[in-house]
Amino acid sequence: MSWLPVYPLIIPVMTAVLSYLFRNSPAGRWISVVGTVALLLASSMLMSEVLEEGVVVAQMSNWAAPFGITLAADLLGGVMVVITAITGLATVIYSLSEIPARLERLGFHALLQTLLFGVCGAFLTGDLFNLYVWFEVMLISSFGLLVLGGSREQLDGGIKYVTLNLVSTIMFLSGIALLYGVTGTLNMADLHLAVREVEDTGLLTTIAIMFLVAFGVKAALFPLFFWLPASYHTPPVAVSAIFAGLLTKVGVYALIRTFTLIFDQDVGYTHTIMLWMAVITMVTGVLGAAAMNDFRRILSFHIISQIGYMVLGLALYTPLGLMGAVFYLVHHIIVKANLFFVAGVAKRIAGSTDLSRIGGLYAHAPLLAFLFLIPAFSLAGFPPLSGFWAKYVVVKAALDLEMWVVAALSLAVGLLTIFSMTKIWGAAFWPDHPDGIKPRLSSLPIGDRVALMLPIVALAALTCIIGLFPEPFVQFAERAAQQLLDPTDYVTTVLGVRP
Amino acid sequence: MQSLILTTATRLLVALLLVFSVYALLRGHNLPGGGFIGGLIGATAFILYTIATSVREAQAALRVDPANVAMLGVGVAGLAGLASGFVNEPFLTGQWLFLFAEDGGKGLPLSTVLMFDIGVYMAVFGGILTLVFALEQEI
Amino acid sequence: MELLLAITIGVLVAASVYLMLDRNVLRFVFGLVLLSNAVNLLIFGSGRLTAGAPPLIDEGAYAPTGLVANALPQALVLTAIVIGFGLLAFALALVYRTYMTLGTVNTDEMRVAEPVADAKEAGQ
Repeated sequence: MSWLPVYPLIIPVMTAVLSYLFRNSPAGRWISVVGTVALLLASSMLMSEVLEEGVVVAQMSNWAAPFGITLAADLLGGVMVVITAITGLATVIYSLSEIPARLERLGFHALLQTLLFGVCGAFLTGDLFNLYVWFEVMLISSFGLLVLGGSREQLDGGIKYVTLNLVSTIMFLSGIALLYGVTGTLNMADLHLAVREVEDTGLLTTIAIMFLVAFGVKAALFPLFFWLPASYHTPPVAVSAIFAGLLTKVGVYALIRTFTLIFDQDVGYTHTIMLWMAVITMVTGVLGAAAMNDFRRILSFHIISQIGYMVLGLALYTPLGLMGAVFYLVHHIIVKANLFFVAGVAKRIAGSTDLSRIGGLYAHAPLLAFLFLIPAFSLAGFPPLSGFWAKYVVVKAALDLEMWVVAALSLAVGLLTIFSMTKIWGAAFWPDHPDGIKPRLSSLPIGDRVALMLPIVALAALTCIIGLFPEPFVQFAERAAQQLLDPTDYVTTVLGVRP
Repeated sequence: MQSLILTTATRLLVALLLVFSVYALLRGHNLPGGGFIGGLIGATAFILYTIATSVREAQAALRVDPANVAMLGVGVAGLAGLASGFVNEPFLTGQWLFLFAEDGGKGLPLSTVLMFDIGVYMAVFGGILTLVFALEQEI
Repeated sequence: MELLLAITIGVLVAASVYLMLDRNVLRFVFGLVLLSNAVNLLIFGSGRLTAGAPPLIDEGAYAPTGLVANALPQALVLTAIVIGFGLLAFALALVYRTYMTLGTVNTDEMRVAEPVADAKEAGQ
């Protein structure tokens, strides 16, 4: 019984309360910064405990599982909470410069902290219905963040985001209802045992597909991703970045959790569907990106394409594949958020995110150009950056299963990713600015420059560290994958029956 | 809306509803009631007042920003959960204090459960009123 | 009784799908309202319908005596109703705001975030 999984939840919610009450003064934003630093510390403590002791479990109000509310952190959950805190901190620092006081007075920081609260909760909960509740916490705050300010573009994108996500939520809830009807429990560890005693496996497969559709919408899988490119480029950049980094990954995390712990009855059926969904997601995402001509919209389509790789790792359902999925998940959150941050700075100094209306960034802001190349090459999978190892593991897993077409397509998608990145480079960085402006970083006030560049530099450094010293990270992903494929430790710790 | 009957009745009903909401809140631990329904009843009082007069007057009567009340409620509920940490029990475990308890009786039971319920009451009350005021102003 | 519940759920879902196929966003949201109510009934039905007493425990006892109703689905439904209420209120307010700002709730005409010009450019 531990308090450690509680801190990553109670810290953001208390930060949200305080930063909302002080929203009209500058104190509000600094409370938000301090709270996120505390969240990072708390999640690191939880992570080190998980690394040393194995699965860490907390039973709320001392009700034993499966009757009470359980929080459980295994290696995957733990690392996701740490990465949430890192992305959250980067976003909060970035927003110090980007978010105008008008939006802060509307409660920007409180919404952001509530979002972190929901995301951490989704990663830590050990109960399916609670996962639904955490999804809702996350959704309602993301709705708020998405339309905060209420410009025409935001409202238009917001409507599509809200309605389609509500459909997915309802689908998730009906899946929960049916699963409860079949098994009589909703605790995930208990479900792992209970589904093995269900006689009607056909019904279970149907429920599994409902979950696949529900989480597929959240994760932006083909053919369910249309809300994402419609909305992700509309809000302020700080919001885009944290959405791009975290929100779809919660969907992927939920897929990994449920399809390793609960729905592993008919792997040949469910995971084959998932496999082809993943492959088509990769291809359509990258083709969509190739057709776009706006910095942020290209990046939005790339989120979709990259989601394909992660789900592919899960769908292959081998230790190597899952390891690739875990590694990819962590690497991609860092890289994607960083690319959006770079796009934000480019917009700030060059005036737009439309590629035909900006330019000259390489000549006048070489530091930004260099910092763009790190995440961009990592996204495309250049050695020795983090993306190379992530792609390498997933493709290797596909080759091991002799799925030549899948492997070839994932390599081709990597190639097209480079094409998109060179397109951004060739339009925004290389040629002169069409209006003759010289976009210099020094045109920004010093305080803004620090707040904008600090997250970019830190995340780029993290990408390089993972790329240059992949050994501990790969080992970690391997352990996490083993824990997912053999959840005995998770189940016994949650249910409190040590063998 | 201008209606003499409604305006007159509202004066009585608002007070009655507010008292009843606190009653529902306090009896909630053992009997039907609790923070959620209490908060709803409390919010109804101000919604009725809004219909009878106007959003502006209801806001003036409330004196504080309902969104602040809601957030403060979330904070209170969170603190109630943390209290069990001081006696080394899991998060949200109820802590009880029986004031003036004589043998056999329970005296005046005070608990973190009640505090949590008060937090829920404030959160629901504030949340619903924020929503209603925003919608009423908009339409 | 369970058959009746199942039919009700089916009718609700059918009606909501019909509404959600409309281009008018407001009707889509009404479809969502119906659908979320259908799912609430589904949760209720999943807990099995029993003609038992309310799940209350007598003073001094540790377990209820006799057949009592399953309390968990009711708790789940209550939570789902509350969350659904909040989300749908938000969605309605958003639709209203959008109508006031964009002047339309027809999805075919809502192309501000993804302008039609872009699609044509890409098609060439």
